[in-house]
Amino acid sequence: MTLLTVEDLRISFRDKLAVDGLSFELPAGGTLGIVGESGSGKSSAALALLGLHEAATVTGTIDFDGVDLITDVPWKDIRGARISMVFQEPLTALSPFHTIGDQIAEVYRLHTGASRKAARDRAVEVLGQVHIPDPARRAGAYPHQFSGGMRQRALIAMAIACRPQLIVADEPTTALDVTVQAQILDLLDEVRATTGAALLLISHDLGVVAGSADTVVVMRDGRVVERGATETVLVSPREPYTKALLDAVPKPGEPREITGAPLLRVRDVQRHFPQPRRGSFRKPPPIRAVDGVSLDVHAGETLGIVGESGTGKTTLARMMVGLDRPTAGTITFDGADISRRRGRSVQMVFQDPLSSLNPRRSIGESIADPLRLQGERDPRGRVSALLERVGLAASEYDRYPHQLSGGMRQRVGIARALAPSPRLIVCDEPVSSLDVTTQAQVLALLEDLRAELGLSLVFVSHDLAVLRQIADRVAVLREGRVVEIGPTAQVYEQPQHAYTKELLAAVPVTDPVEARRLRALRTTVSG
Amino acid sequence: MTTAPPAPPVPSRALAALRRDRGFVTGAVIAGLMVLVALTAPLLAALAGQDYTTYHDTLLDSARGGVPIGGFGGISGEHWLGVEPGTGRDLFARLVYGAQVSVGVAVAATFLEVLLGVTVGVAAGLGGRWLDSGLSRVIDLVLSVPVLVMAISLLAIVPQDWPRPVLLAAVIAVLGWGGTARLSRGETLSLRTRDYVAAAQVAGAPWWRVARREILPGLTAPILTYAALLLPTNMVVEAGLSFLGVGVRPPTPSWGQMLSTATTWFRADPFYVFLPALMLFLALLAFVLVANGLRRALDPRQRELTR
Amino acid sequence: MIGYLARRILGAAFVLLALSAIVYALFYLAPSDPAILTCGKGCTPERLADVRAAMGLDDPVLTQYLHFLQGLFTGRDYPAGPDVRHCPAPCLGYSFETDQPVTALLLDRLPVSFSLAIGAEILSLAAGIGAGVLSGLRRFRVLDRIVNGLILAGYAVPVFLVGLLLLLLFCVHLQWLPFPSYVKFTVDPLLWAQNLLLPWISLAVIQTAAYARLTRAGLQDALAEDHIRTARAYGIPERRILWRRALRGAMLPLVTLTAVDLAQIMTAAVLTETMFGLPGVGQLLVGAVNQIDLPVVVGVTLLTGLLIVVANAAADLLYAAVDPRVQLR
Repeated sequence: MTLLTVEDLRISFRDKLAVDGLSFELPAGGTLGIVGESGSGKSSAALALLGLHEAATVTGTIDFDGVDLITDVPWKDIRGARISMVFQEPLTALSPFHTIGDQIAEVYRLHTGASRKAARDRAVEVLGQVHIPDPARRAGAYPHQFSGGMRQRALIAMAIACRPQLIVADEPTTALDVTVQAQILDLLDEVRATTGAALLLISHDLGVVAGSADTVVVMRDGRVVERGATETVLVSPREPYTKALLDAVPKPGEPREITGAPLLRVRDVQRHFPQPRRGSFRKPPPIRAVDGVSLDVHAGETLGIVGESGTGKTTLARMMVGLDRPTAGTITFDGADISRRRGRSVQMVFQDPLSSLNPRRSIGESIADPLRLQGERDPRGRVSALLERVGLAASEYDRYPHQLSGGMRQRVGIARALAPSPRLIVCDEPVSSLDVTTQAQVLALLEDLRAELGLSLVFVSHDLAVLRQIADRVAVLREGRVVEIGPTAQVYEQPQHAYTKELLAAVPVTDPVEARRLRALRTTVSG
Repeated sequence: MTTAPPAPPVPSRALAALRRDRGFVTGAVIAGLMVLVALTAPLLAALAGQDYTTYHDTLLDSARGGVPIGGFGGISGEHWLGVEPGTGRDLFARLVYGAQVSVGVAVAATFLEVLLGVTVGVAAGLGGRWLDSGLSRVIDLVLSVPVLVMAISLLAIVPQDWPRPVLLAAVIAVLGWGGTARLSRGETLSLRTRDYVAAAQVAGAPWWRVARREILPGLTAPILTYAALLLPTNMVVEAGLSFLGVGVRPPTPSWGQMLSTATTWFRADPFYVFLPALMLFLALLAFVLVANGLRRALDPRQRELTR
Repeated sequence: MIGYLARRILGAAFVLLALSAIVYALFYLAPSDPAILTCGKGCTPERLADVRAAMGLDDPVLTQYLHFLQGLFTGRDYPAGPDVRHCPAPCLGYSFETDQPVTALLLDRLPVSFSLAIGAEILSLAAGIGAGVLSGLRRFRVLDRIVNGLILAGYAVPVFLVGLLLLLLFCVHLQWLPFPSYVKFTVDPLLWAQNLLLPWISLAVIQTAAYARLTRAGLQDALAEDHIRTARAYGIPERRILWRRALRGAMLPLVTLTAVDLAQIMTAAVLTETMFGLPGVGQLLVGAVNQIDLPVVVGVTLLTGLLIVVANAAADLLYAAVDPRVQLR
């Protein structure tokens, strides 16, 4: 039985057509994934299902179990009761002023008219269903007291409280670590199976959709590019755009022989941060962001450093370029301490292309900065050459960062890092905030540059797939320590440490069959 | 994936927005006029053929206790805005010279507060833990000082022969730079975490270059907005102090001081209250409109909200 | 919690100590000689010497300061002719002018300043929040514009101007209200309120403007937050969203501001008290300054400093109490 039928949905805002003719069907209890890059209109479509757009014109048909969701919609009966939504960022999606239990109970009472006690009990019940330990006690906690993954579970609990027929999940895992991401996706699958609700999953990540959806709709610029069963679309796509998307997904790179001598040596490095006192007189123990890391970066190689958020990889990266001093241990470049080489041999590419460029300066000037610091009077020629080397036109010199796209800004960041002709570049999550196609282009650029200029790269990322493509050796970081390090192929195919195995099992893959296998693997690992 | 934050206020865009803002333009014009009057007071007085100290007893009706003869406080061809009751001094001259004090002290005090505050704030924001800690305590101390009370007290004890307007500006500034310092420190700390500052450091820029090229330009917008509102606030402080009699000493006129003496003459000569009150109100309103316009043009978040 | 309080008190004590040192240094080392001022007219060199001895002005500065501090904590003995006059803690000396203990003077006038502050604060909160909410909801365009205009005007009109105009209008011209004089709350509450009405309004004008602007901006910010969208997505009615979620977020800065503003009004009400003839702390100060009555000046300055420090600490505590996200550090 078809639960949701969308026909020729068009959504336009004042000046823009966000969705242009979206059509799909979702059977009761089924899962549909909508996949697309930013600007594809997928989120707009999702929000329209709950009428959450403030000033949009919506035309077409949305039939939800006989109810028209476009005109004269009885939203009170629909929102939260028959259709629930799970949002992307759980911290801001939940009210910071009320406890989790209160928020869930409030929604339940609103739609069922139940008593306070009954609502409280239901809240505890659903919190337990999403596997939050000690749910009765945790119901009295505030959202900021939960970890990111727990918060998302709480949000899912709120979504199932009133036993909806449809759950819409808009990028539910984007803000989470990769292992937590896998857990949440597994949870959504479980919830669907146990409650019988249909699931509409929206994501930019093909891997996320591959493991969870029966049918998939690929969107681009508001239009449907391809639609069909996941097995078909993701394994043998028909449309060139879909093919391009799949191609852009990072694939394992070719193993290379590294013969260079160690260039950057990190020895027993520790970095402690004093912890702010919380109510007690005694000084609390410091936060050990980096807790005894030793590794080498050989000339000409790309060393990947992988870890989830909070493992100390950014701290380590900053120490490698001399931005921060280790509390203990040494970092030497070519024999000399790193703090003395600043500005020349080692450079950095940053994660967020928006905040890594001074918004008040033209991009040409931003690139010229390091050159000026070295005493060059007129760097324009060199900057133009650099712009072209990274794939931008020399005429872009005078444009400002906000006029460029994310991918272009990141290229500018790379050009700036190349300006002083460094020998080693540390890249801190350089492609994490980019679309998958742009990501592929920037990665290709980095690989080209490395080969052409004989650079050594340190590539810090949480994305295992990306590292598998670009890194020669990989170091796995956990809680400030390196738990495993070795050639890429070896680490990925024969992981030694339990944490590495856990990480690898959580990576989203675009092959649906493989995805299901990994899910089964995860459930056995977690027991 | 993530929505881009609103574009930063590149100067040309901000200027264009300001030009369109009628409130701002009105305020700017009036404020400009006030400043002009303050600067050219001696010239204006000379044009009117008067000065602010000469007593004109003959124009006062001693039978009624010194009230000016003639309507509207004694307006005539010679005395464009009439004369002061009780002393017969030309009101126009006193008003324009009063502008010098009222506007001048406010501008000077604001300028000093910005200078002092930004220096300390940026130093605290960029400095190491100890420097920041120490300077923060100093800023807290300055913020804890009750401005009006301390100003009154200070003005009572300083040598009475120093030039009073300068003293006023100095006292107000010394007591009031805490706000700009706290703002500068906060903004510096936030700017310091931006990646482009780190990029400059990785490229080898020394701290003073980072301060000059990366931090200070980022401070312009918030400091400008804050200072714009600081100016009328300082003007009010000066007017208040002069009203209480601890500001400028006679015969130097100040609008606040004129208001103080004018209260006793209200029944007899309401014009004498009305004029300085109007001038003060207009000046303040003008600067507040300017401040409001600046805030709308320079705060990208605000711009979104007012659409 | 205890640790936080202890640290806060320590910090406050430090600030007050620094303030007292600065105030002491400024005033007692001022060009005008306190002894001459105390001595008054008809001062002979012998009397001057007596006064100096009585005030302990022959001691080194640091000793004088320490005596002063000691007096604050344990009381102090002043020689008065053949006898000894004991000034109980906290001792702020005796007024040069009236020879009354400064502490007693301050305590006597504190209720007046407090009455002024609390009434003005309540008035401006009610008016400011009301105007801010109505304007922030953007339901009535006209109202929004009016409130905007009033906000601007509020900033542009200094307290004494409003007070002046109100006085002239209601007391002198229309004669609807008698010229205010202070009546104690304990004596006649109604009369107390009536006399304070005009001062309250004049103080409230600027405060209302500030609160309205804060509330409006705060409300608009709060309504744009993600959890509001979630609440809507789950069918929670708009009114409930407004009261339980949006306003809660918008009110946070206001709550803490109230504590600080209360102290601010008490310290800055100098002008209002002078104009309306209210026997508060501010009026005491103005009188003392004109007579260069140093102990009183020092006493008032320290008291106001104390009020501000206490208010700041209270504001922090309030913020932590109202916002679950905030942790006391």
